Amino acid sequence: MEILMVVVVGVMFTIATYMVLTKSLLRVILGTVLYSHGAHLLILTMGGLGTGAAPLLSTEGPHSDPLPQALVLTAIVISFGVTAFLLVLAYRTYKQHKTDDLDQLRGSSDE
Amino acid sequence: MKNNVSLQTVTRLTVFIVLAFSIYLLLAGHHAPGGGFIGGLMAASAIVLLYLSFGMKKISKVFTISYPYLIAVGLLLAMGTGFIGVLVGDPFLTQYYDYFYIPFLGTVELTTALIFDIGVYFVVVGVALFSILTIAEDDA
Amino acid sequence: MSNLLILPIILPMLVGTILIFFAKNHSLQRVIAGITAVLLLILAFYLAHEVYYHPQQTMILELGNWSPPFGIVLVADMFATLMVILSSIVGMLCLFFAFKTIETERAKHYFYPFYFFLLTGVNGAFLTGDLFNLFVFFEVMLLSSYVLIVNGGTNYQLRESFKYVVINMIASAFFLVGLAYIYAVTGTLNMADLAEKVGVLEQQGVLNVIAIVFLFVFGAKGALFPLYFWLPNSYYGPPAAVSALFGGLLTKVGIYAIIRTFTLIFTHNTGFTHDIILALAGLTMFFGVLGAVSQFDFKRILSYHIISQVGYMVMGLGIYTQLALAGAIYYIAHHIIVKAALFLFAGATEKITGETSLYKMGGLLRSHPLLGWLFFISAMSLAGIPPLSGFFSKFALILSGIQEERYVIVVVSLLVGLLTLFSMMKIFMYAFWGEQKIPTEKVDKKETMGLLKPIIPLVILTIALGLSAEPIFQFSLGVADQIMDPSNYIDSVLNQD
Repeated sequence: MEILMVVVVGVMFTIATYMVLTKSLLRVILGTVLYSHGAHLLILTMGGLGTGAAPLLSTEGPHSDPLPQALVLTAIVISFGVTAFLLVLAYRTYKQHKTDDLDQLRGSSDE
Repeated sequence: MKNNVSLQTVTRLTVFIVLAFSIYLLLAGHHAPGGGFIGGLMAASAIVLLYLSFGMKKISKVFTISYPYLIAVGLLLAMGTGFIGVLVGDPFLTQYYDYFYIPFLGTVELTTALIFDIGVYFVVVGVALFSILTIAEDDA
Repeated sequence: MSNLLILPIILPMLVGTILIFFAKNHSLQRVIAGITAVLLLILAFYLAHEVYYHPQQTMILELGNWSPPFGIVLVADMFATLMVILSSIVGMLCLFFAFKTIETERAKHYFYPFYFFLLTGVNGAFLTGDLFNLFVFFEVMLLSSYVLIVNGGTNYQLRESFKYVVINMIASAFFLVGLAYIYAVTGTLNMADLAEKVGVLEQQGVLNVIAIVFLFVFGAKGALFPLYFWLPNSYYGPPAAVSALFGGLLTKVGIYAIIRTFTLIFTHNTGFTHDIILALAGLTMFFGVLGAVSQFDFKRILSYHIISQVGYMVMGLGIYTQLALAGAIYYIAHHIIVKAALFLFAGATEKITGETSLYKMGGLLRSHPLLGWLFFISAMSLAGIPPLSGFFSKFALILSGIQEERYVIVVVSLLVGLLTLFSMMKIFMYAFWGEQKIPTEKVDKKETMGLLKPIIPLVILTIALGLSAEPIFQFSLGVADQIMDPSNYIDSVLNQD
């Protein structure tokens, strides 16, 4: 199972890299979202995809490790915030520059 | 805007169900799946549904709260629970809990972590709606 | 256990939150913000005092009463408290400069709240003793920096901020990847515990890969070669107070994280990791200074100099002796203060002339002599002219390089020092010397004095750091001694009574 998930993470990172390298603002954002999702999945996988019980005192052991879930939840919240900000930023950029093509957003070196 | 009778009718019903469920998630979060973040996102989705089906103007008249203030109140609540520990002399963010008898509900475990979660709930609702509305207001 | 440790983190956060309520009231915001910044500085000094006279010179706080390595700990050793002091000084003075220069329109868009959230993230990153918590504080800092860098919303800012955010998001994703790997190998994220476990595993095989992943992540945030390309463009856009704060502090948080992880955790294979760091240091300073030499814009030259000077700090880590680390620490202190001062000078001249391009300026010395000479002192300090602070820190670094027979890096750093002097003189000659090109009568002397007030303490500090080199160097040696020997850190976190 872990091997499969690691392959999935690899595929996600590949797609994310492709998306970040495209020219459209929105695709770049989706690329960064995929990067963070890939990383979250990797944390869960690296913590071990155990078959233990839910880590609650009321359940019988052996329990699975609760820490990766806590880490992932925190990371998800952060990436939620950053993505929300990035979407607003991209929208404003699109409105002001009237383009979502990063080639045209390159700018000249002497401004 | 077109007159979406079916959407509006369904929204009237579902919004309350979704909001109630979001509060359930908030309260259940201590020992079961749920919590402030998930609950807050669900509440935000309910309010977005309202905006979608009834339009910005109508809903803005009903919801007059400013979302940045909501975020600030949430942050203050969350930070405030941290300071309880400082006042008692324990480390920052120490959590306290006890069992109380509440009529109709029976004995309930109340924790200071719940206040923290309510703060998170407010922050999430505020951030989600603030960022969505920033884009939406521009279009209208 | 001492709740004092949380205060440098929670105070700016609390005040930032309260300031959201007063976003519309510019003058009230200023009053609250100013008082808090002064309080924060006093607090930082008090914390440093407490830590210095603590028997182990390290204080810890177990958040939520969870004992390490299970819960999050805050650890204040001498290095961390020194950084907190520096961030408070620069934070306070840049804030005072912002009072003079930030328009009401910008203040309405939550400038001051996010300014304090940024300080929360910076102080948190310095004080935390947990690798995942470091990630969280990095994100708090970065998210605030995104808002500040785009605040004002000019076309240029929007365009460059987007790239800045995307690059940082990718680096953050790799931070998570590094955390996932190290958790898989060691089963812990507490830095002291990690240090112990990595020591037991003797840092073989995959741990070296993880070390490089972290070097990549912190290098991207701290602008190391070859990951510095984002810096000059993004630091050019925002107002001077923000550029000064970013130029002084933000990259240094990345450098702090590199020094912390590579003196505490990844210390068992220095032949591999620290040699890579040393090579990167040389390349960073060389290419950074080349960029500075080729530019003709006040702010851009300064931005490229951030890159080249990051190289010096990392060079100290790469050589990895007590003297070299002391030099690096001294250099960080010197750099944070001087860099903030120089960016504020750029802001002041921009305010006076309305320009940042050196071609269009000139002769400012005639109309604003105080500004010109103060700039000259800071520029000479940056270039490393005795008796200013830049000289002694570079001297220690180069001396340690010669002692360790790392001659290549010594030659590179001397050459870079020379080029730094050249590009600083270029600014001085073009902007302050020569014929006056822009009529500056519009700006009266009183306003210039107002702009200078926050900068003067920074200039005095760089002179003082240079003139009192002996005690400060002794102190840096003490700090270096403490971080060279991780057992003290590990003991105070894990084996308390």
